Amino acid sequence: MTDATAHTLASRGGEAQFGDYVALMKPRVMSLVVFTALVGLLAAPVSVPPMIGFAAILFIAIGAGASGALNMWYDADIDRVMKRTARRPVPAGKIEPGEALGLGVALSAISVVMLGLATNLVAAGFLAFTIFFYIAIYTIWLKRLTPQNIVIGGAAGAFPPMIGWTVATGGISIEAVLMFGLIFMWTPPHFWALALFMKSDYHKARVPMLTVTHGRAETRKQILIYTVLLVPVAIGAGFTLIGGPVYLAAAGILNALFLKGAWQIWHRDEVTAEADGYAVEKRVFRFSLFYLFLHFGALALEAGLRAAGMGGW
Amino acid sequence: MPITKVHDIHKHRLGRNIGVALCLVGFMAIVFGLTIAKIRQGASMEAFDHQPRVSITPPEEG
Repeated sequence: MTDATAHTLASRGGEAQFGDYVALMKPRVMSLVVFTALVGLLAAPVSVPPMIGFAAILFIAIGAGASGALNMWYDADIDRVMKRTARRPVPAGKIEPGEALGLGVALSAISVVMLGLATNLVAAGFLAFTIFFYIAIYTIWLKRLTPQNIVIGGAAGAFPPMIGWTVATGGISIEAVLMFGLIFMWTPPHFWALALFMKSDYHKARVPMLTVTHGRAETRKQILIYTVLLVPVAIGAGFTLIGGPVYLAAAGILNALFLKGAWQIWHRDEVTAEADGYAVEKRVFRFSLFYLFLHFGALALEAGLRAAGMGGW
Repeated sequence: MPITKVHDIHKHRLGRNIGVALCLVGFMAIVFGLTIAKIRQGASMEAFDHQPRVSITPPEEG
């Protein structure tokens, strides 16, 4: 931003404050990234000094924030059209698109280089790939092209626990892949359950959403399919190094309930759903949040128990 | 009388400037903390500033 534009913005009281730059980094997404990356790090069989672990999680979070800023830069046209996103800093006119781009690129570079210096090059490479995947593959290429955009975007959100694992171990293994799979398979039923009761204005922004392109009945079917595929991934993790009786018991109950909810969604038609104000869809969506949080919470608990010599198989 | 003129922009940007300053201080603290953690871990302490590098010094004969 030049001084002249700053002056213009300042004179109308719209100049971006520090909080606007924080908002640019999607702090709510960052908090999920911090949580899952931390669990990935804690669940790993190699311990990491606390300072290095803290720095690693911080730089992973900054990498996620950089992705958020780049996403807001590219999607400013979409965000402007949709009610839910119109108040974001770029469409609201508080931050110029070029500034969001600059901040995103700079923070991406800083986070990747610092993660590499603090931990190892594999973790840094994974973080760089995640940012590239989220921006180039998802945001720029496929988001506006296919109704499977949620599935593809979910992959970017699934990388953090894998990076956390790599920070500690320097490589990937079946446990890291299963943690990735857990978030990857969870994202579509979670988001599509929301899409069923939130009449969003994606069509106005010309973003293909499954509910619009393939209809709501198909969306209900896809929710069930992805939930069925999610179950073996979530349960399977319980039999690996990161699992244990506590996780397996939690996963058993949570997956049975999630599967029941997905089955109910599939069985309903629009008339029934509208009649009760999408009660089942709303309940499944809320439950899906607990589902993911409790799975990763159980993995963290198993890691804690193992450290105390009690957890695992 | 101050030698610089305080403009409205300075007031508007105060919060932002303090935020940036805190970020920079935080970054310095993290780099310092990482350095200490790495040294405690036994990472290579060979520096490149004004000292002979042991790893590339040829072994003395005799």
